[in-house]
Amino acid sequence: MPRIPLGWLAEHTTLPLGTTAEQLAADLVRVGLEEEAVHPAAVTGPLVVGEVVELSAEPQKNGKTINWCLVDVGSHNEATDGGGSRPRGIVCGAHNFAVGDRVVVALPGAVLPGPFPIAARKTYGHVSDGMICSARELGLGEDHEGIIVLSRLGLDATPGTDARELLGLGEEVLEINVTPDRGYCFSLRGVAREYSHATGSPFVDRGLEGPHDGPVADGVEGTFGVELADDAPVHGVPGCDRFVAQVVRGVAASGPSPAWMQRRLTQAGMRPISLAVDVTNYVMLDLGQPLHAYDLARLAAPIVVRRAAPGESLTTLDGAVRALDAEDLLITDSTGGARGGRVLGLAGVMGGADSEVGDGTTDLLVEAAHFDPVTVARTARRHRVPSEAAKRFERGVDPRLPRVAVRRVVELLVEHGGGTPDSVLTDVDRTSPAPSIPLAVDLPARLVGVGYTPTEVRQTLEEIGCVVSDEVPSRDGRSATVQVQPPSWRPDLTVPVDLVEEVARLRGYEAIPSVLPVAPAGRGLTAEQRARRAVARSLAEHGLVEVLSYPFVGEHQHDELGLPAGDERRRAVRLLNPMSHEQPLMRTSLLVTLLDTVRRNVARGTTDLAVFEMGLVTRPVDGAPSAPRLAGGVLPSPEDLARLDAAVPAQPRRVAGVLAGLREPAGWWGAGRRADHTDAIGAALRVATTLGVELGVVADAGHAPWHPGRTARLELLDGSLVGHAGELHPGVVATLGLPARTVAFEIDLDLLVGAAPDGPVQATPVSTFPVAKEDIALVVDMAVPAAAVLDAVRVGASSSVAGDIVEELRLFDVYSGTQVGEGKKSLAFSLRLRAPDRTLTSVEAAGVREAALAEANRQVGAVLRS
Amino acid sequence: MTDTTTLSPLDEDGVAAAVQAALAAFAAATDLDELKEARLAHVGDRSPIALANRAIGGLDAADKAVAGKRLGAARAQVGRALAERETVLEAERDARVLVEEALDVTLPADRAPQGARHPLEMLQERIGDVFVAMGWEIAEGPELEAEWFNFDALNFGVDHPARQMQDTFFVADPAQGSGPGGQETSSGLVLRTHTSPVQARSLIERDLPVYIVCPGKTFRTDELDATHTPVFHQVEGLAVDKGLTMAHLKGTLDHFAQAVFGPQARTRLRPSFFPFTEPSAEMDLWFPQKKGGAGWIEWGGCGMVNPRVLRACGVDPEVYSGFAFGMGIERTLMLRHGIADMHDMVEGDVRFSLQFGTEI
Repeated sequence: MPRIPLGWLAEHTTLPLGTTAEQLAADLVRVGLEEEAVHPAAVTGPLVVGEVVELSAEPQKNGKTINWCLVDVGSHNEATDGGGSRPRGIVCGAHNFAVGDRVVVALPGAVLPGPFPIAARKTYGHVSDGMICSARELGLGEDHEGIIVLSRLGLDATPGTDARELLGLGEEVLEINVTPDRGYCFSLRGVAREYSHATGSPFVDRGLEGPHDGPVADGVEGTFGVELADDAPVHGVPGCDRFVAQVVRGVAASGPSPAWMQRRLTQAGMRPISLAVDVTNYVMLDLGQPLHAYDLARLAAPIVVRRAAPGESLTTLDGAVRALDAEDLLITDSTGGARGGRVLGLAGVMGGADSEVGDGTTDLLVEAAHFDPVTVARTARRHRVPSEAAKRFERGVDPRLPRVAVRRVVELLVEHGGGTPDSVLTDVDRTSPAPSIPLAVDLPARLVGVGYTPTEVRQTLEEIGCVVSDEVPSRDGRSATVQVQPPSWRPDLTVPVDLVEEVARLRGYEAIPSVLPVAPAGRGLTAEQRARRAVARSLAEHGLVEVLSYPFVGEHQHDELGLPAGDERRRAVRLLNPMSHEQPLMRTSLLVTLLDTVRRNVARGTTDLAVFEMGLVTRPVDGAPSAPRLAGGVLPSPEDLARLDAAVPAQPRRVAGVLAGLREPAGWWGAGRRADHTDAIGAALRVATTLGVELGVVADAGHAPWHPGRTARLELLDGSLVGHAGELHPGVVATLGLPARTVAFEIDLDLLVGAAPDGPVQATPVSTFPVAKEDIALVVDMAVPAAAVLDAVRVGASSSVAGDIVEELRLFDVYSGTQVGEGKKSLAFSLRLRAPDRTLTSVEAAGVREAALAEANRQVGAVLRS
Repeated sequence: MTDTTTLSPLDEDGVAAAVQAALAAFAAATDLDELKEARLAHVGDRSPIALANRAIGGLDAADKAVAGKRLGAARAQVGRALAERETVLEAERDARVLVEEALDVTLPADRAPQGARHPLEMLQERIGDVFVAMGWEIAEGPELEAEWFNFDALNFGVDHPARQMQDTFFVADPAQGSGPGGQETSSGLVLRTHTSPVQARSLIERDLPVYIVCPGKTFRTDELDATHTPVFHQVEGLAVDKGLTMAHLKGTLDHFAQAVFGPQARTRLRPSFFPFTEPSAEMDLWFPQKKGGAGWIEWGGCGMVNPRVLRACGVDPEVYSGFAFGMGIERTLMLRHGIADMHDMVEGDVRFSLQFGTEI
C-alpha cells in the first residue's frame, strides 16, 4: 500500500509546520484513507554534518589503508578540560574525500537502518568516535563506493547541523490503506487532493493536461509508430485506449539518479536503480501514472499493442520465463521485420528483459499508456506479478495523465541526465470522457439523512473535480436533477449513489445523526431456532461442554473410523484449495472432527470429559448439477434460482457428543462412574425429549465407528433413522488413542425438529385418586431385547379390562443365573397404576398384571418368574 | 414405691402427696426414658393414683362424688405435668439429635459433572436477541453456497480480488474428477466468505420491508494465528424499507454497541468501500481498554445497500432503500471478554468453554 513521505506530500499541498505522520493519519482517515502503519525515521540519534580537518592515511598489515580523520562536528565536538572543544577522531576506510570536505557523521548513540547502532569503538589502534557514512549505510541507495560528500550532492551546511533533516532521514513515513475504488490515491497527487478535502489545505493539481495536449495524428513526421491492435477485447473493452511515446536522446540513462530522488524512492519503499528507472518510478509515485523507459537502440518501430498468440512466451524483467495466455495484452515491437513480432512486455504489468535500459543506453523511448483494469488484473494474477504498475492499472488510472507524466519524465531526465527530447511525440488517444451521471439533488439528503442543500451538494461535487450542470426542474414534482461529469481520475464514479457517498464523505460522516429505525413487529425466533437453543442448553446443563471444530477432513480420517469402502459418508464435497492437502474434504459427519477435539483435550490432560458440538455437515449427492454462472445486478429467473438451489448440496444440522473417562467423578463419597453406552444413548434421547420427540432404540451391529455389540440405532416411530449412539469400536479407540471405552452419539437435529409435535402440548388432567403398585418379574430368552419385553408389557398392561391406567412402567432389575436357568434372563418391572375417575380395586390391579403377562408371553414367550 | 399401703380415694392428704410425688418425679426425669419410668410409677396401671381411682367404684354415692372430683383433678394435674415435661424433653432430644447428626458441609459438593456452552454460540444468540427485541428476525442459510449468492448478487464482479484463490475456498466440480495433474475447475460453489448471501436469499424470499440479522459460520483461506482463523463467525444485519437512511444505520449500530458493550459504548463511522454498499463505512468502537491507551478500534463494516444489490434481489431501489452492517463474532468476543489470541476460541479445549457457563 502507498507510503506517504510528508515532505513529498508538501509539494502538492500545504502541510502545517511540524505535521506528524500521526496527525496526517488522523486527517486522512476522515475521508476514508486508513492508516496502515507509520514507518519511523530511517535514522535516529545524532547524525550531523562534519568537516574533515585532518586526514592521515595509515597502511595496515592486512594490505588495507585506513584514514585516521579529525572531523569538526561543531557543537558536537569533544569537550576539553580547559572548557574548549576539539574535533572528533574517526577511522574511515573510504578514500573518496579530502580535508575540507563536508561529510555526514553518525555519532555514538545514532542508529542507522539495519538497525545498526553506532558506538565509540577501538579499531586499528584508535578509538573511532563515530562513523563517516556512505549513501548505502544511510539507506539512501546502493552506492557503497565511497562516503557522501555533501558538495557533490549540491548540499552545504555548517558543521554540527542535523544531517537527518538535511537528507530527509528524520522523516516519518505514513503508509495508508487505499480501498479499491480510490486508485488515484496510489499517488502523492491523489493523497494530497484528499488531504485538501479533509483539511481545506490548498491543493495544486500537477496532473492536469495543458491546453495543447491534444492527440497527435498517426503518421505525423517524426513520431515513433504505435498501433493499438487489440482484436480480442475482454468484456468488450479495448485493452489499451491511449498510448503516449516520447523519444529522448543522449541521456546518461544508466547513471545514478539524484540523491533526493533516491531518498524519496527509498522512503516510498522502492529501490533506486538507475536514472531512467528511478525517474519513471518517481513520476509514477508522484502522479499515479505507471511508465516504462525502453532502450531506443533495441526497438524497431512500430510498437504494436495486441493480445498474445498461442505459444508465445516472454522473459520478464525479474528473469522469469512466462508462457503467455491468449488473454494477455502485450506491448510488442517489430524487431526482425514482422509487425509486432517481438514481445516487449506484459502491458501494464511488467516489462521484458530484451528492451531493458542497460549500461550503454543513451537514447530512450518513454511510454505512458492507459490499459483496461480487468485485462491488467487478470494478467497480473495469472502470472502472479502484483507489480506497482499493475496495482495502479487494476484500480483505474487517470486516462488524461499519460501526456503530463511523460512531460514530467522528460524534464527530469534532461535535468539530471542531459539529453534532448524529440520535438514530436506520439499520442494515440482513443479515450472518451466518461458519461455524465444524472443526480436528483435531494438524493444525498434522502439516503444519508442529513439535510444537505442543493448548493452544498454542488459545491462538494465541484470540490472533487466534477463538472455539475445547471439544475433541471423535474416535471412530476420530484426533486430537480443535475448532470454530473466526474473528473478523469475518478473512474469509480458511475452511478448516482457514488456521488452520494462523495457528498457524505466530504461533508463528514460525523454529521450523520443517530436515529433508531422502528421495524414492524417480528415473529421472534423460529421454532427451529428455539429448538436448537433448547437442545444446546439441555446438553450443557446435563454436564456436556459445547465445543466447535473446523469442518475440514481427509480420507485418512474416514479410514481411521473404519468406514467401509462404499459408505455414503465417504462421498464428500472436496475443496479446490484446502488449507491442508491432508484435509481437502468437507465433513459428512460431526463425529470425525469432534473426535479430533477430544484427542486434543486428552493430550492436554483432560482425560474425563463430555463434549458436544452442533453444526452442519455436507452431504452431496452423485450427479448433482454444477451451479449456473449468472450475472449480477439482475434478479435471476425462477428457473435459474431453482438451478442454483439444486446445485447446493444438502447441509443437515447435526448434534454429536463424545464422553470419555469418568462420567461422574470419584470423591469423598466413593468411586466415580465410568461413562458407558447408556450415557451416549441417554444424551441422545435427552435431545429428543427436549424437543418432545419419542425415539426408538434398536441394536445396530454394523455401523462404524461404533462397537457392533454396544450400539443403538435411534429411529423415529416410523422407523426412519435419526442417528446412532453407543460405545465406539475398540479398534477405532485404539487407532485414535482415545481413552478406553469412549462413547459417542450423533443425531440429525433437522429430522428431530421436523418430527417435533406441531402446536402446543394438550395437557392431561392429573388424577388425585390413590395409586396402585404392581411388580412383575418375567423370564425370557437371553437374546430377547429388553425393549421388546418392555413394549409387550406396556401394550398388555394398557389393554386390561380396567382400561389404560398405566401411569408409569419401569424396568428395574435384570437377573440371569441358575435361578432362571441357562440361556434365560429375568426382567423385573414395576407398574404404577391409577385411574382418572375412581379408586382401583385389587381385582383391577391384578387384572393389569395378568394382561401384561399374557401379552409378554404372546409376543416374546415370557413366563412369570417362579 | 408406696406399694405396701393402698391409697384411699378418700385420703385427701394422701392423694395430694401422690400428686406431689408424681410432679417431683416428672421434674426429676432428665430424659424421655426416665420420664417413661416416672410415668409408669405415677400414672401407670399399678400407680397409687390409678389404684385409688379404680377404688372409687366401691364407695357409696356421696363419697363417690367427692372422691371422683378429687381424683379427677389430681389425674388432670399429673397428666398436664407429664405432657409439659414430655414436650420439654422431646425438644431437648430433638435438639441433641440435630447436633449429633451434623456433617461437614464444606466437603466438596461437585458430584454432578459441569457443562457449558461455547461463548461464540452464546454471543451469536445474545446478539440475535438484541435485534429480535426490536422486531427484527434471525435469518440463516447454507454455509456451502452458490457463488452467485456469495458474490454476484452482492456486486462482486468476476474480476473482484475477493473471488480469487487467496481468500475464498472453492468447491471442486465432482464431474471433473481429480486425476493427478489434471486442472480442476470450480463447481460454482464456495464456502461462504461472509454471511451476506443470507441477506440476498432473504431479500428474494421475504416480503418487504425486511429487518433481519444473519449470524453464522464463514470461511476464508487464512492460516490460524493470533488474529485469524479460516473458520470464523459473523453477524450481519440488513434493513430494507421505505425511507431508510444512514442515520438509521448509525442509530442501529449505536444501540447494538451499547447492548453488547454497555451504555458507555460509542461508535464512529468513517468512509470505506465495499462492493455491496454505497455509501460505505467502517465502524469503529471507542475502546477504553485498548492497548496503549483508550482509542478507536475497528469493529465492522457497513453502509447503504448498493442499488445493484437491491435489483439483483428483485427490489426496486427507486422505492426502497436499505442499510447493512457486519462484524466478526470472534473479534467482538475478544473485545468484550479480553481474549488476546484466536487459538482458544477455535481449538475446542473444554477449559475455555467452561469459563463461560451457560449465559454470556
